[in-house]
Amino acid sequence: MSATEKTFAPQIVAFCCRHCAYSAADLAGSARMSYSPSIKIVEMPCTGRANVVEILHALEKGADGVAVAGCLPGTCHYIKGNTLAKHRIDHVTELLKTIGLEQQRARMINVSAAMGAQFVAEFTNFVDTIKTLGPSPLSGETSNTRVGSQS
Amino acid sequence: MIVAEQKPLNEIKSMLKGCKKVLAVGCGTCVTVCFAGGKQEVGILSASLRMSTDLDGEAVNIDETMVQRQCEKEYNAPLEADLEQYDAILSLGCGVGVQSLAQQFPGKRILPALNTKFMGYPAEHGVWEERCQGCGNCVLHITGGICPVSRCPKSLFNGPCGGSQSGICEVDEETECAWHRICENQLNLGLFDEMMEIQPAKDWSSARDGGHRRIVREDVRIPHDGKA
Repeated sequence: MSATEKTFAPQIVAFCCRHCAYSAADLAGSARMSYSPSIKIVEMPCTGRANVVEILHALEKGADGVAVAGCLPGTCHYIKGNTLAKHRIDHVTELLKTIGLEQQRARMINVSAAMGAQFVAEFTNFVDTIKTLGPSPLSGETSNTRVGSQS
Repeated sequence: MIVAEQKPLNEIKSMLKGCKKVLAVGCGTCVTVCFAGGKQEVGILSASLRMSTDLDGEAVNIDETMVQRQCEKEYNAPLEADLEQYDAILSLGCGVGVQSLAQQFPGKRILPALNTKFMGYPAEHGVWEERCQGCGNCVLHITGGICPVSRCPKSLFNGPCGGSQSGICEVDEETECAWHRICENQLNLGLFDEMMEIQPAKDWSSARDGGHRRIVREDVRIPHDGKA
């Protein structure tokens, strides 16, 4: 592949609930659906475990985007972990605005364990959003310095 | 507990102008409980400041630490060993904590990251309400356990004003009329008749109006002259 064919390969951290999004990623893999290798999954017992500091640390260390992927609204295994996670993501996006980073770099995603295709669709959309934004200014890189072969 | 909230990020950033390395110090007591200056908040604020100053092209190196109670010098003492490397300390303690650090480390610039608001009560998770102004002369025994000084905007002492509407204060529709609650509580306690006694004008000299306050307890004071 020539340099001109290479495209910006974002680094995206995905905090995934083991009861839904993580299982949905497994299902997508079992069904041979492909999704961007930009997504680095961190398994969590529940998205209620995701805290603001960890999300900010991921961005501080150069992640181009952070997603927290939890159960569909009203279906949390621990009653309201995903609701709390949504509040925290909303808080993070407000913080990003004051920090000076694009708010779109953090996102809450909701899928059930049976929604492998939806997992792929949601994360493909997120990867596209991050590609449009370009590399995080905190990564110290530009689109030209960090490239990959994945679509 | 003492209730505080974080200052806006840009205000804190402006305090850090000219600093290259700063130590953010949280407090493990009141401001941890009210989610303003605990370990999590120190982490969030420090990361936010590192990122924001980096994006501005004036990166400030911010280290993080905690002390159990910033308002007591014994807990702050271990900070001294490493202070030389920092241009300033960013305190996430209440106003007492900030002043304790300033008094203890006079050669170091101490910056307040929080606005200390009031002595309050967590009405629900994420909601705090003022409950005490430290007026220095408690009257809760005659007001049904409801403080008219801190909870009535006018600090009235003899019943509600004309702005009390169906138990709600005219100042804010989310604020209960303190005197409505006082009357209800006294009725429930069978003590309503006591309400007929007119309370004299309060002596505010025991409150802030009397100037800077100090308590000296000789029974617990430790002599510094070496004598028993």
